Amino acid sequence: MQFLKSSIGRKVLMAITGFSMFLFAITHLLGNSSIFGWLPGGINAYAHHLHSMPSPVIWGFRLVLLVFVCIHIWFGIQLTIENRAGGSQQYAVKAFQKVTFASDNMIWTGLLILAFILYHLAHFTFQVVSPETAALSNLDVSGNPNVMGMVVAAFQNIGITLVYAIAMVAIFLHLYHGIQSFFQTMGWNNDRTISAISGSGKLIAFAIFIGYLAIPLTILVRILK
Amino acid sequence: MILDGKCPTGPIQQTWDKHRFDLKLVNPSNKRKYNIIVVGTGLAGGAAAASLGELGYNVQAFCYQDSPRRAHSIAAQGGINAAKNYPNDGDSIYRLFYDTIKGGDFRAREADVWRLAQVSNNIIDQCVAQGVPFARDYAGYLDNRSFGGAQVSRTFYARGQTGQQLLLGAYSALSRQIKLGTVKMYERREMLDLVVVDGVARGITVRNLITGKLESYAADAVCLATGGYVNVFYLSTNAMGCSVTAIWKAHRKGAYLANPCYTQIHPTCIPQAGEYQSKLTLMSESLRNDGRCWVPKNKADLNKHPNDIPEEDRDYYLERKYPSFGNLAPRDIASRAAKEQCDDGRGVGPGGRGVYLDFASAIKRVGEDTIRERYGNLFEMYEKITAEDGYKRPMRMYPAPHYSMGGLWVDYNLMSNIPGLFVLGEANFSVHGANRLGASALMQGLADGYFVIPYTIGGYLAGVKPGQVTSEHPEFRKSEEDVKNSVNRLFDIKGKKTVFEFMRELGGLMWENCGMARSKESLEINLKRIPELREEFWKNVKVSGTGSELNQQLENAGRTADFFEFAELLCRDAHHRNESCGGHFRVEYQDAGEAQRDDVNFAYAAAWEFKGTGKEPELHKEPLKFENVHLAVRSYK
Amino acid sequence: MSEHHKTMTFTLIVWRQKGPNDPGKFETYTANNITEHHSFLEMLDCVNEDLIKSGREPIVFDHDCREGICGMCSQVINGMPHGGEKRTTVCQLHMRTFKDGDTIYVEPWRARAFPVIKDLVVDRSALDKVVQAGAYISCHTGGVPDGNAILVPKGAADEAMDAAECIGCGACVAGCPNGAAMLFTGAKVSQYAVIPQGRAEASRRVKSLVTAMQECNFGNCSNHYECQASCPKGIDVKFIARMNREFIKAQFA
Repeated sequence: MQFLKSSIGRKVLMAITGFSMFLFAITHLLGNSSIFGWLPGGINAYAHHLHSMPSPVIWGFRLVLLVFVCIHIWFGIQLTIENRAGGSQQYAVKAFQKVTFASDNMIWTGLLILAFILYHLAHFTFQVVSPETAALSNLDVSGNPNVMGMVVAAFQNIGITLVYAIAMVAIFLHLYHGIQSFFQTMGWNNDRTISAISGSGKLIAFAIFIGYLAIPLTILVRILK
Repeated sequence: MILDGKCPTGPIQQTWDKHRFDLKLVNPSNKRKYNIIVVGTGLAGGAAAASLGELGYNVQAFCYQDSPRRAHSIAAQGGINAAKNYPNDGDSIYRLFYDTIKGGDFRAREADVWRLAQVSNNIIDQCVAQGVPFARDYAGYLDNRSFGGAQVSRTFYARGQTGQQLLLGAYSALSRQIKLGTVKMYERREMLDLVVVDGVARGITVRNLITGKLESYAADAVCLATGGYVNVFYLSTNAMGCSVTAIWKAHRKGAYLANPCYTQIHPTCIPQAGEYQSKLTLMSESLRNDGRCWVPKNKADLNKHPNDIPEEDRDYYLERKYPSFGNLAPRDIASRAAKEQCDDGRGVGPGGRGVYLDFASAIKRVGEDTIRERYGNLFEMYEKITAEDGYKRPMRMYPAPHYSMGGLWVDYNLMSNIPGLFVLGEANFSVHGANRLGASALMQGLADGYFVIPYTIGGYLAGVKPGQVTSEHPEFRKSEEDVKNSVNRLFDIKGKKTVFEFMRELGGLMWENCGMARSKESLEINLKRIPELREEFWKNVKVSGTGSELNQQLENAGRTADFFEFAELLCRDAHHRNESCGGHFRVEYQDAGEAQRDDVNFAYAAAWEFKGTGKEPELHKEPLKFENVHLAVRSYK
Repeated sequence: MSEHHKTMTFTLIVWRQKGPNDPGKFETYTANNITEHHSFLEMLDCVNEDLIKSGREPIVFDHDCREGICGMCSQVINGMPHGGEKRTTVCQLHMRTFKDGDTIYVEPWRARAFPVIKDLVVDRSALDKVVQAGAYISCHTGGVPDGNAILVPKGAADEAMDAAECIGCGACVAGCPNGAAMLFTGAKVSQYAVIPQGRAEASRRVKSLVTAMQECNFGNCSNHYECQASCPKGIDVKFIARMNREFIKAQFA
């Protein structure tokens, strides 16, 4: 299909899949924030609630997300390879005026995020990293898997917290460029909106970064136990 | 010999319509059998190639730049005239016709000018249809402005880049035909010879500027749209690559060159800053709508900051000399007035070559914001080049060569005296007489390309059997051989002076002795010095590298060699024309500073025939008749 | 007014390449007696005069109008196309923006779609190919309606003009880390998309221009906006957004 071969078509798919993952990241953060206790029963209740959804919904959702991730990665790599071949790598001196660290390293922050996701799934979804604290095998008082215990045990380890912190920096950088990039690629941008979109994109990226980092950090310094 | 322009007769209003009907037509299915070469892709050449391709002819288009979009038409700022009369202020085809004849100081053909005025309206429609973003008012209608001292608002514009937008319009039409395969585009080719077989133009020889290869192309007709020649002054507002070469090569092959002495000096250009300077930058004439020209009254004030010179010590010379037109006096008058002040030792800036163009009173009257809105891009350009802020201190301006009204002689069909050789736009001599009005160059280029040549070339081709001569003809081999020899000759000199040094010297002579004001004596100096310098050039120029590569020295050397021969002809034409008219000002022929025309003896176009390098050319005259506009003295007092 | 300009000296490190297949290398030259009023190209002229006189090959570079409108000049100076001055082409860049004694790197446009021909001269015919693919309104010569028969709102005319200011120099491609021509193509698409005359062909145009852009080996857009910063006419990246929008819309047309 012409659209899927075209430069802009592939970018539009990247934008849509990327933005969907961004929406997932926000939802995920909101859910995770139940660890701070605003939901009766905390994060364990939240996890239980999620898992009690019909399995076609859960697996449907996971499948869609998986497909999106694959599309995003596939075209991301493909476009990057094409771009590296087409560009300005041969200058002896190159002084960029607008390119930022974030925009220039989308492929690396992206791959870092991929690696992190795999680790994160192994860690908290399949729970094979530290089986001794796995929520599925340690139930809380209400008989739900003890997610809280698992998370707290993990982030009291400075090494794991560091891994998560690095991943959050990667996500921050990726979104720092990615959010505004979505609007530009979808064509929902002009000279009057660009600074607002770009500014709020960076702000939201930062908010997500702080939000996600808050959980391991508060656990590490023993505020959350 | 008395030349005949083959103008249609009868009431002027019907001449073009009648002539179009009288022209023979080429059968639509036969058109593709005809090859047409178009050299140059500016407004005239680009529009011609696109229109002829669309009609079904096989077109081959050539330009020396890397893309047809870069022709120097792109640099025109002000606008394009048309007799639309949209503002309802009394304009008409007749008035545009009248103004152009009068503005040209009665040295143009009436019928040609009438046709130009008539098709001017079609041009605007055409450009709008192409999507040219002309300025619009809030209701969405086309906006007009008054330009160059015209009494009516007939100028259409696209910010300060009208030439660019019109050229991009023609280029887009051309690109469409290239895609359709009706036009084959040859970029980075410089025409170095016209191939004439049995007295008929049959093709050209070009140098591929990348590989150095000489290539020749055959066709049933050749159109030259290669622009003007004011780079003969070395410093001008033309692009670096603009040269006389294409038309000079045609001239050497027998095409008459008409009125070369009619050159236009634009009054508002940024003065030269130093010897090394390569070109002059024009500032739109529109600046004179609000700027006031002055120089200090006293030489003692020359080194003072202009803002420290009190009002009573300033000489607003245009307002003083021409009370009714003031700062809006026509180009030639404003230019000469500036030169007079500088010759009087009251010029400002480096070398005393400059006058002030002051916006202080306009800023006081309408505010800096309004001035910024009107001319912001020009002030920005001025500051970029001079590092001076035009809002804070008066700009410095000096006249510079800008446009050539003369060119190859053509008849009403735009065909030169060589059958099959057509000449379009600035390269021909036809409509501007001795002086061109502002915003009329773009009009002429597009008129010739879109609306004249598509008809008149058909009239010629209808009587010609297609494909009679191919590039296998011995004349093409000979042409390539001749070009090769002249290229090699340049390399063989191995002298000491660079091409630039020669060109600067030639330009200096031309500007000094044949520039804004000319005299018998000054021209005789040139007629003696130029051949000497030309001989020195052929003995002492240094061109390094080889001919089989991209070699800009070689390109410049070839162009300079042609300028040497042409400069002599220009001076000869100026010398023979014992009158002052339009852009040609002979100091002997003036009445208290005003140009004095001699209609009894010089109401003709002077077409020169080449007789050999260094040999006296032969003068042919085409008498000019004025049946609709009565000969009158131009007065702007 | 200073009649006697202070002169400056510069060290130039210039890319020299004999032909398309030559590997090329940097050469170092000295530019002497340069005043603040020299344009960058006039400075190169002076260097070339010295080179010619000393029997060496002058530096070949593209240039023509020298007033910032033809788009012929194409040099990357100290890593920035046209030298990085705002809204300035190389020919309008003046030496007063440099300091006496500066070392200046001069390189040709570098992008996959712009092969080097010689020294600082590159082949930009790919831009023409993109235009030929449909950056026009397919009207005929003659037979068009009166200019005022098509009303164009002032806003639309101004927007089209903003896009049409592009001089086709290719700095956007040269500056882009990906060698993409999105700004150039976006400006062309937008120029015709915003005015009524151009709407009829809008879908066809955007599709074929985007295809042509790819066929010419230009890269893809990463939304760095380096192109806008490189553009000597300040063409806005909003036109890229407009092209994306038109392209998506065209899928449903």
